Amino acid sequence: MSREASVLFDVPGPKARRRNLIIGVVGTLALAAFLVFVIMRFEDTGQFESAKWDPFQYTGVQQFIFDGLKATLKAFALAAVFSIVLGAFLAAGRLSDHKIVRWASTTFVTFFRAMPLLVLIFMLYLVPGSQGWWKWDPMWPLVVGLTIYNGTVQAENIRAGILAVPKGQSEAAYALGMRKTQVMTMILVPQGIRTMLPTIISQVVVTLKDTSLGFLITYPELLAAAKLIGGYQDYHMPFIPVTIIVGTIYVAMCMILSAFATWLERRLRTSRKGKPIAVQPPRPAALSLDGAGV
Amino acid sequence: MLEVIQDNWDLLQDGFVGTLKLTVVCGIASLLLGTLIAACRVSPVPPLRWFGAAYVNLFRNTPLTLIFFAVALGFPKLRFNFSFFQFAVIALSTYTAAFICEAIRSGINTVPIGQAEAARSLGMSFTQTLSQIVLPQAGRAAVPPIGSLLIAMVRNSAIASAFNTTELMGTSSTMIENGYKSLWVLVWIAIGYLIITLTMSALLAALEKKLAVVR
Repeated sequence: MSREASVLFDVPGPKARRRNLIIGVVGTLALAAFLVFVIMRFEDTGQFESAKWDPFQYTGVQQFIFDGLKATLKAFALAAVFSIVLGAFLAAGRLSDHKIVRWASTTFVTFFRAMPLLVLIFMLYLVPGSQGWWKWDPMWPLVVGLTIYNGTVQAENIRAGILAVPKGQSEAAYALGMRKTQVMTMILVPQGIRTMLPTIISQVVVTLKDTSLGFLITYPELLAAAKLIGGYQDYHMPFIPVTIIVGTIYVAMCMILSAFATWLERRLRTSRKGKPIAVQPPRPAALSLDGAGV
Repeated sequence: MLEVIQDNWDLLQDGFVGTLKLTVVCGIASLLLGTLIAACRVSPVPPLRWFGAAYVNLFRNTPLTLIFFAVALGFPKLRFNFSFFQFAVIALSTYTAAFICEAIRSGINTVPIGQAEAARSLGMSFTQTLSQIVLPQAGRAAVPPIGSLLIAMVRNSAIASAFNTTELMGTSSTMIENGYKSLWVLVWIAIGYLIITLTMSALLAALEKKLAVVR
């Protein structure tokens, strides 16, 4: 970008190039100084001592982290699949011809998107037990909460993808005598899916990130495993090392999924079958409760 | 159900004010940090651009709970000592800033390059181009996403309750321990959050209406 003009900068001349170089060097030095300061603090507090890192060679500790990872992935897989299914139903409801169905789905979507996911998960976790309705493993409040919240977001993604298909497509299909279900499944969804797929996968990344909320309701996932190992006296309380390890696992998983979404978007855009249809930006007056990816 | 708020009015009020305080402080901090990182990301200086891209990629792909976990429980072990409120502000703003940065950047990208070229050919300086041509247009495009990010931040701030910050969600454990039904406690807390998020969303809609121009 430095070699070409952007909306902010013209192509830099010799003077600007020199100035950019100076800013670059100063900026790099400042960042490096900050990094050195942090590493020194790690050193000072003994985070690099081998005693703190040794435990991670024990198969027991490795197994423990692996079990946490398995629990995280299990909740993630269930929630991701369920949320897309729920999203498809809610999207169908919002696109329904029946006013009551449309109204009910819109209310459901609006309500659960405005509420903090954590409050929803705690409700599902605490209320059935305290009211004496039923008892369940902490995984289910997490999965159901993630499903409901992400399902509402997926519903919007799916709906946006279907609405982006030009109107002529469905009109032509109706003119050929197709039924509503046929129009949806044979015309609109196959074309819309190319538009919605990248956003659906981005939201799946959010689902993966949010499985860490299970930590707060004592679901034994990765962070819970990290906390337990990090507080273990016999291992010299390797809290920082275990946070680094678990954090790397989380970030790596999310980055791979995000990269897949980006790759898919690019691939679909340059596909031989033509570009997917661009999603129209929502009307400004629409209730803006989304914050993509947060 | 009503006795929950009648008996715990002070506690709920403290929590509500705590969440509001967290919202305002984190909102300002993440806007500042997000703008700074966006400035790095769009700058003509490669190392700063790399830093901006790395920051955004890292924090957008990190669970917020993990950031809270690392900051609130990890910082004291590294002898970075702050109050719980400050920990919450650090965790929530570093996370939100990554998203704000992207909103600002895509706002700037919506300004057609011809606008800046026209401004430069009229002899406007960099500061003039930026402040009178680019930013007013980019700002309009960036306001809706930034607004929804701030609303999402309020919802995310509930996570701070698990890390000893005084805020709305945190009041639930006290009330449930005191024997109130968890159902109604959480319903009232949800209503508290809805008051904040729906107010913000109404304000945002009004702001968008005011800023709207025909392009």
